[in-house]
Amino acid sequence: MREVVVISGKGGTGKTSLSASFAYLEGANALVSDCDVDAANMHLLLDANFKEQSDFFSGEIAVIDEDTCTNCGDCFSACKFDAITPTDEFHVVDPISCEGCWYCFRVCDHDSITMQTQKAGDLFISDIKNGSKMVHAKLGFAAENSGKLVAKVKQEAKMLALKEDKGFVITDGSPGIGCPVISSLSGANLVVLVTEATISGLHDLKRVQNLVKTFNYEAVCIINKYDLNEEMTEEIESFLEEENIKLIAKLPYDETFTKALAKAQPIVEYSKDAELSTLVKESWESIKSIIKENDK
Amino acid sequence: MKITIASGKGGTGKTTLSTNLTSYLSSLGEKVVLADLDVEEPNSALFFKATLTEEQVSNKMIPKWEKADCTYCGECADVCNFNAIVALSDEILVYPELCHSCYACSELCPTNSLPMTAERIGEIKAFTCDSFDLVEGRLDLGQEMAVPLIAQTINYVDENFEKHLKILDAPPGTSCPVIEASRGSDYVILVTESTPFGLNDLKLAVETMKVLKQNFGVIINRYGIGDSGVESYCQQEGIDIITKVQNDKEVAKLYSKGELIYPKIEHFKNSLDDIIAFTKGLK
Repeated sequence: MREVVVISGKGGTGKTSLSASFAYLEGANALVSDCDVDAANMHLLLDANFKEQSDFFSGEIAVIDEDTCTNCGDCFSACKFDAITPTDEFHVVDPISCEGCWYCFRVCDHDSITMQTQKAGDLFISDIKNGSKMVHAKLGFAAENSGKLVAKVKQEAKMLALKEDKGFVITDGSPGIGCPVISSLSGANLVVLVTEATISGLHDLKRVQNLVKTFNYEAVCIINKYDLNEEMTEEIESFLEEENIKLIAKLPYDETFTKALAKAQPIVEYSKDAELSTLVKESWESIKSIIKENDK
Repeated sequence: MKITIASGKGGTGKTTLSTNLTSYLSSLGEKVVLADLDVEEPNSALFFKATLTEEQVSNKMIPKWEKADCTYCGECADVCNFNAIVALSDEILVYPELCHSCYACSELCPTNSLPMTAERIGEIKAFTCDSFDLVEGRLDLGQEMAVPLIAQTINYVDENFEKHLKILDAPPGTSCPVIEASRGSDYVILVTESTPFGLNDLKLAVETMKVLKQNFGVIINRYGIGDSGVESYCQQEGIDIITKVQNDKEVAKLYSKGELIYPKIEHFKNSLDDIIAFTKGLK
């Protein structure tokens, strides 16, 4: 089993559309994991049926018992997150600010504080339309710990892929360079960087590539909307050359991307014979042959 | 007045709108500051001739072990709920990237052997651009926690630009970083696009705003391309649609070069006028 992780640094570059297309092309041999748990939407393109659901618990929040609280203020002094506020008779916790560090619990001399486990989100395993399965999640509203939920999605996907003897896990990563992205990357056999020919596309690509380099992953790149700004595309290409990253495709600015989205289909399903689909198919073949080569 | 521009989905046009809105407002004589809170990937400054005026290191506080008085009692590791401390028989190990800066280990240590010390997580940069100010937070590579830097960047803006109109460009998503960027604002504008992805992520962002009891409205970007799902959702839920920005490849081209849109494209400027008229009505 080999793991391909698709990331982009910047949002909206076409990462999810491409990941879903790769999954669609590989069919039953690819298990899919959607690690963009903050704003997961790959399930829309792959007709996920939310077959199995389980709760994901992570972290705790403090709750103060109004009756036994003596209003002494020890918890208030301990809390570094401004999560505790005094009222006339007792102290109260703002659950959104509480980090779940337990410090208030430890300093309370009146046993007035309990720590309650929080449900941070839902984890799903779904059947999808390529004959395979996907692992995805929904983070609770205003919940924290998306890095941990990402790690959970990845772990479930990997276990399921091994159990069902899949050839690939295709992971749609999250944007940015922080905790969720670092979690998305773990264990990748190949990272696919999706960027676009814009000034911010290049800026964000550089930052995310530095992260990929730090963790020693091998990466390839796809430039989307390359004809939007050909000078920028050249700049991106020279950056890739410096970094020794193989450019596997340049995709044109094409509203088919959005039209396919509106029909909730991967590009390669929506418009099988379009030039764009051919390029996407070739990209997936390149990715597979690079992995094969590395395995030798 | 403080307005956060956010979105669930990335790439919907948050930065395009916040940079253009700030520049346009300042051209109308408004005193305005733009804060780029997408600290993992800040790129607002790319769109302006920005002159750096101040640079400040951003730190988070972590415990630093001092051997001298340590009795190796292990209390520090016991009280740390984030597994950031490991107590061995002859050494205390601190893992800074796991530390949430709660101070419990430091303050509960009987021998004060874990004083809190500052560790760099990124930087805050202030720029002047033509007629307005720009402040960005920039997280160092390998740092996992964006929230403390977002909070510090907002503080910097509050302290240095008290009387200004503040536009905050939030990171994408719906979890902790977005919450930090939204909770202290007077109003949140959610930028979306009229596709099933846009709608899915908008619903998540709306739920987050409701939990925060935050006032918000929606801008539909790249209008006319996908479907009508976002519009009907907003109508059903009684959510204000502040403006609809027409889908236009020319906008994408100008953006790709790092150019401002409103000086060259009339319909885009009209949309900015809609936003300004709407926010004036909020007061």
